Amino acid sequence: MKTVLHAEWTKLRTLSGTFWLLFAAVALTVGLSAAVAGGVSCSSSACNQDAVKTSLTGVYLGQLVIAILAVTVVGNEYGTGMIRTTFAAMPRRHLVLAAKAALVCAGSLVAGVLGVLGSVLAGRFILPGKGFTAAHGYSSLSLLDGPTLRAAGGTVLYLALIGLLAVGIAAVTRDSAAAIGLVFALLFLFPLVTAAVSDEHLQRHLQQIAPMSAGLAIQATTNLQSMVISPWTGLGVMALWAVGALLFGGLSVHLRDA
Amino acid sequence: MTATMTPYQSAAPSSGAGFVQLLHAEWTKLRTVRGWLFALALGAVLIVALGAGSAAGSHRGCGGGPGGQLSGKACAAANAPPTGPDGTPVTDNFYFVHQQLDGDGSITVRVTSLSEQAPGAGQRPQGPADGSVPWGTVTVPWAKAGLIVKAGTSQGSPYASIMTTASHGVRFQYDFTHDVAGSDTTVSTTSPQWLRLTRSGSKLTGSESADGAHWTVVGTATLTGLPASIQAGLFVASPDYDVVDDHIVGTATYGGPSRAIATFDNVGLQGGWTPSTWAGSQFGGDGSGPLGPPGSRFTQSGGVFSVTGTGDIAPAVGDPDNNTIGGSLIGSFAGLIALVVLGALFITAEYRRGLIRTTLAAAPDRGRVLAAKSVVVGVVTFVVSLAGCLIAVWLVGDLRRNNGFYVVPASASTTARVIVGTAALLAVSSVFALAVGTIVRRSAATIATVIALVVLPYILGASAIGPLVWLLRLTPAAAFAVQQGYHRYSQVDGVYTAAGGYFPLPPWAGFGVLCLWTATALGLALYLLRKRDA
Repeated sequence: MKTVLHAEWTKLRTLSGTFWLLFAAVALTVGLSAAVAGGVSCSSSACNQDAVKTSLTGVYLGQLVIAILAVTVVGNEYGTGMIRTTFAAMPRRHLVLAAKAALVCAGSLVAGVLGVLGSVLAGRFILPGKGFTAAHGYSSLSLLDGPTLRAAGGTVLYLALIGLLAVGIAAVTRDSAAAIGLVFALLFLFPLVTAAVSDEHLQRHLQQIAPMSAGLAIQATTNLQSMVISPWTGLGVMALWAVGALLFGGLSVHLRDA
Repeated sequence: MTATMTPYQSAAPSSGAGFVQLLHAEWTKLRTVRGWLFALALGAVLIVALGAGSAAGSHRGCGGGPGGQLSGKACAAANAPPTGPDGTPVTDNFYFVHQQLDGDGSITVRVTSLSEQAPGAGQRPQGPADGSVPWGTVTVPWAKAGLIVKAGTSQGSPYASIMTTASHGVRFQYDFTHDVAGSDTTVSTTSPQWLRLTRSGSKLTGSESADGAHWTVVGTATLTGLPASIQAGLFVASPDYDVVDDHIVGTATYGGPSRAIATFDNVGLQGGWTPSTWAGSQFGGDGSGPLGPPGSRFTQSGGVFSVTGTGDIAPAVGDPDNNTIGGSLIGSFAGLIALVVLGALFITAEYRRGLIRTTLAAAPDRGRVLAAKSVVVGVVTFVVSLAGCLIAVWLVGDLRRNNGFYVVPASASTTARVIVGTAALLAVSSVFALAVGTIVRRSAATIATVIALVVLPYILGASAIGPLVWLLRLTPAAAFAVQQGYHRYSQVDGVYTAAGGYFPLPPWAGFGVLCLWTATALGLALYLLRKRDA
């Protein structure tokens, strides 16, 4: 396993795109978070806004970059035919996939930690100037605060799970383009359909199973009792999606010709 | 001695000659790749399937019908709001202290107070309106109290009214969609407001005065279909209050009924109108439920009238279900993703396989190649999406009505705008993907960029958070405004969100934003295609 990891690591680090993508993930996460924090305002104690969640908005953009990275790590090898060399050198194919997944996971965690830290810091400095003050019932964002730490840490885990989900899907489709389309459809179509459905029960269920809606429940720090799914259960749903996609991917890599 | 050599010239027509041949070549590429045909078909199927699926999964029953439970189309008809004189869906519920008056004349009143209440003072958790939670003071900016002349007793009939409002001063409003501002005063016992409404044939004039002696005309209206004898008198209305919870994805609103209590005195009839007894009644039903015993809503003693009312007289605006024609095209997002993948692959696949070198060797004018590709992708995706949208609008509308939903009626021009506009939106997005693909040359990055620019801003901008709504003005997602289902009325505080069918830009302006992005991307793509080695 160690040699496989090393081989995959060599492939990944020698591509110039990898570090640019990780950098873009961090920059876009922090950028969007800061922009949203700079645009919101709270004028009374009844503004009902979740300061922590608002300051972590950037993950909506960051996850897309993580998905690109994850999809290309698998899809590009199929696109160029390199996958046949890889499998000839390492016939235990599931180990190759596992190594790729582990590296994507590690990369997403690093980018996630930096992006989330930057976002929380941006929120900590920007939000008080926008009316998120003690007078309106908001304390300064701090990772020493339990729910804030859970939201921030959970967001990092969410990004890693997005990476794993995309690796799994790319292993099934074996094509970067189809995989990225599928990942985005999975992330974005659920909230859109949820908004279009009028039946409240169906709406609830859709929100509970949707990878993005459920997974990002981890970011909520206010009105927890009115949420359709609790934070950790939601992240669990996201994890199920990722594990399911990886299993499918592993099976598909194992059973089909490369 | 020099030998002249004539270079060999093929007898075949020169390759750069015909743009038509180029189009034919690109069309052949498109139709012979099975995966791309699959993407096209998937796009059309998703447009229909997603909308139909979400419509089929939603049911609304009506329990209150005289024949017991209503279902299907009968229920949809029962759920339909009344429509105003110009066909706009309207809300027409208010408390009416009225008498029948014939011919011309005018009515004058002095409003001395106006205050609003809601269950539990509008705080969370929202209490029921049955009196089990004490009502507390709230501010409902568009709570109204004043004078009204109403053509008949049916909801949606023509009217003209002069009123004071809680936060928007004196207003002259008529036939639901018209609103004229008067002075910006707030009524209190120390600063009462005099109001007068005068009828002269079909012309109604609203005037205001601070002292009852010096009058200013606020506005006049000519109402069509006003009979000789009309119902006129005092009215009080207070719309439901909405509190929007800002969520990044989607919005949650909570709210409920409110009521306004107004005190009037110096009620007088002038001109040809002769007074008889005032009768108080709720016009057009309670709206949001019982607000207490009817007898307590209107008291009259010593010329002082105290009136409690709820409801609103205004155009009906966005509902969270977005049962507009645009709302039946929810599947266009799914179709968009499939067609964007196609548009991107149409160029990135050539780079990956090296086919681009053959293409450019055969047609050295790179601008023409890009143009031919754009035309083929644009036309094909337009035709496919148009078919999908036509079926989706017809099928989803039918499913919704069968499941008991009222579907906001749309004129032929609106229907055409939404269907053709959505098909054009999908086609231009595919061309945008082609342009970005030419710039980026990598499929995954291209698709991610385009979807991040077209779909993600819609999801983020659908919330009511201020800066995020700007995304629907600046990013290509602005083009979804072609699905605009509602008009924004300044005299109604509604929940105006994209999820409810309201977009900040007018339809074609929003579409123009997408075209601008696409044109810029195509320009850059052309520059890079000419400058770089393939």
